[in-house]
Amino acid sequence: MKNKEPIILIVVVFFALLTYYLVEPYAHSVMHKHVESEGFSYADLPTIEKKGDATRGQELVMGAGACVGCHSIEVAGMPAAMEPQMAAASYGVNPPDLSNAGAIFDAKFLVDIIKNPAHALMVEHKFDAEKGQMHPMVPFYGAGGDIDQEIADMVAYLQSIAVKPEEVTPTMAFENACGRCHAVSYENWTQIGIKPSFKDKKDSLAFDIKLLEYQDSIKAYMGKLPPDLSMYIRSRGEHYINTFMENPQSQLEGTAMPRVGVTAESAEKVIEYLEDAGDTKRHEREEIGMNVMIYIVIFAIFAFLWKKQVWRDLH
Amino acid sequence: MAHFTKATSVKDWLNQRLAIEKVEKVMASEYWIPKNINFLWAMGMILVVTFVLLLVSGIFLLMYYVPTVDEAFDSVNYTIMREVDFGWLWRHVHGVAASVVFLIIYIHMFTGIYYGSYKKGREMIWISGMLLFVAFSAEAFSGYMLPWGQMSYWAGMVITNLFSGGSLHANFLVEWIRGDYVPAQAFLGRFFMLHVLLIPVAIMGLIGLHFAALRIPHVNNQDGGEIDFDVESKKYLDGDKAGSKVMRFANDFMSKDMMVVGIFLIFFFYLVFYNYGFAMDAVNFDPADGLKTPTHIYPEWYFLWSYEILRPFNIDLGLVLFGFAQVIFVFLPFIDRSPNSIPANRRGTAFKVWFWLMLSNMIVLTAMGKLPPEGMFSAIGLVSAILFIVQWLALPIITSMEKKV
Ligand code: HEC
Ligand code: HEC
Ligand code: HEM
Repeated sequence: MKNKEPIILIVVVFFALLTYYLVEPYAHSVMHKHVESEGFSYADLPTIEKKGDATRGQELVMGAGACVGCHSIEVAGMPAAMEPQMAAASYGVNPPDLSNAGAIFDAKFLVDIIKNPAHALMVEHKFDAEKGQMHPMVPFYGAGGDIDQEIADMVAYLQSIAVKPEEVTPTMAFENACGRCHAVSYENWTQIGIKPSFKDKKDSLAFDIKLLEYQDSIKAYMGKLPPDLSMYIRSRGEHYINTFMENPQSQLEGTAMPRVGVTAESAEKVIEYLEDAGDTKRHEREEIGMNVMIYIVIFAIFAFLWKKQVWRDLH
Repeated sequence: MAHFTKATSVKDWLNQRLAIEKVEKVMASEYWIPKNINFLWAMGMILVVTFVLLLVSGIFLLMYYVPTVDEAFDSVNYTIMREVDFGWLWRHVHGVAASVVFLIIYIHMFTGIYYGSYKKGREMIWISGMLLFVAFSAEAFSGYMLPWGQMSYWAGMVITNLFSGGSLHANFLVEWIRGDYVPAQAFLGRFFMLHVLLIPVAIMGLIGLHFAALRIPHVNNQDGGEIDFDVESKKYLDGDKAGSKVMRFANDFMSKDMMVVGIFLIFFFYLVFYNYGFAMDAVNFDPADGLKTPTHIYPEWYFLWSYEILRPFNIDLGLVLFGFAQVIFVFLPFIDRSPNSIPANRRGTAFKVWFWLMLSNMIVLTAMGKLPPEGMFSAIGLVSAILFIVQWLALPIITSMEKKV
């Protein structure tokens, strides 16, 4: 009698794969708009022509640029002027510390945000200066000289005080670029920092109250509380978060979330941070996966040999 | 009282009390299986293995899961996925097994249909099998509620809403099922109980019934030939193993079962470690939020075909046809009027076409059930749903015209 098993196997595998293809890759390609990353090149922003001078930049940042009026720069000995919830009450969010901004944010983006924050952050639909809707970060109107040169100097200064780009850690990247708006409760991160473990319940409650005040301000500023990103690496996936970070408007038109302007390397670090939060055991999974596969293949080989031996007398 | 003698060995001791030798014969070594069956007859064993995987992984998950609306999501995604050693592994095994078990059930069902294994004394096997299908569906649905993610909540909302019966507006029934106006603590609590106690117990009972139903008619074979098990098994026991048309369940067929199980497990663990996304919907990694409806709400893939029978019609007609689709498979042994119980490809063109069309159409329904109901997709969905119903209505007619071969 002819052995029909190979053809039966082909039929079963064919129908199973067809079903899989239709309900997974195909259905998802129809349901979700596919956005390609541009590699964080920020092609819409003008290229930098001027070479900056960090020393002159320092004077501007500390002086006429007024950056330190709102931002702290801890490495340069400029601590925050007020507590985060107070800053948020004034500006909507707590302006991030600029110590490592030069390493985390793209240079073209930094130039643009100093000149025109609403444009760089891609929130011009919410902040239109002509209609009197001012972005809380005041643009730099120049200190009397060539404004482009002045901005280039400030960016050069920010880059000179920052860690080297390769020294940016996942936590640093996330806290600087996203942490002022998003909590990640699985990493204990709140918008006003990691919640310490207080001995006294009163201190703990005091922290919670500050946090709630802070969240009220962002809610008013953004229209809603930005979501806790703990499990977003599983709910949205790496590709979505990457392209969303690069340009939030590409996937959620009209969203209040700004383009944050991270470099490609920092974006990778942000993803790594989110993986540590929501896909913590991925390395273990790969390692154990390999071992289990080897074990199961050996099991299957033994099962096959056993079958052969048992069936020898049956034909 | 029976007469007991001093036992000569542990086996003898047990034998006097439990008749283990007899049991072993009835269940294994003298449970005769036809030789002319192929690997599709190992699907039942794969289902047993997958059920055991579900049971064991479920027990581990149960140690840390917290069935409250405030903590369920974090107990799964934080405690089990991050804190507990290998919690992630048990969760992935459980999630993937829950999905794969349906793939195997569908293969097992269509095998039964193709070879006519629901006829000639095998009706109870089929009926108990369909009861298992219903129980597994309830088990999968209740389990899907437990992580209390967005899809848990909204699928729970949509499915329980069906019980309002469309224009009957039986909202009291929906509220009775939910224990509340919306899915909330009472809802989660009862589905938790169903998932970890009542339905698993029912499934174990039904598996027992399914096996009992198999024992007397024996399994079918791929030629639909009738086998005289008494004659053939005697031949085997007299030493003509090669000449007999039957073999022992253990170890003869079981060795093949294990070989197929081995191959299945390679596939299964590949999915667990490297391709688990299809079984654990991304949307369910967002915590439940009653104020935010997800853009697309769809059930897991194995419910899509019946969901698509509901969707293209107005709610009342949709519910009627949906109800029809849920129960019609149970009646297959009685709707199929054909005198033949042989493989579909030898039963004449009409049934052959019916079989392959049913299979393909259910795949089309599955795909359309997931796709957004717009434009071409809703048109295809409507046609497929009608075709599904028409096929079942036509079955008694085409099968009663079938000639005996
Ligand atoms: C100024 C505040 C702000 C910053 C900074 C910010 N976000 Fe957001 N983010 C939001 C708001 C507000 C939303 C909600 C958007 C909506 O629903 O329209 C959001 C939503 C998201 C979403 C969910 C999108 C969806 O599909 O629902 C992701 C993912 C996200 N942010 C990632 C990030 C990452 C990664 C960073 C850092 C690189 C970041 N965000 C920085 C405010 C912010
Ligand atoms: C009036 C207060 C104010 C001043 C002055 C100000 N900023 Fe800001 N800055 C903000 C606020 C508020 C934000 C956060 C905006 C948001 O997230 O929507 C911000 C954000 C930023 C960011 C983060 C952008 C991102 O994508 O995450 C950088 C970098 C920055 N400012 C640099 C500067 C520099 C350099 C200067 C000086 C030229 C400066 N800021 C002056 C208020 C200010
Ligand atoms: C998960 C639950 C199930 C388990 C554990 C299970 C197990 C088994 C086993 C071990 C066999 C014998 C070996 C074989 O033929 O594969 C079998 C046979 C059978 N099962 Fe199931 N089964 C399940 C669900 C179903 C369902 C949903 C149906 C469809 C209605 C079904 C219909 C049948 C039929 C018709 C046979 C007889 C096959 C034949 O005689 O050739 N079973 N089942």
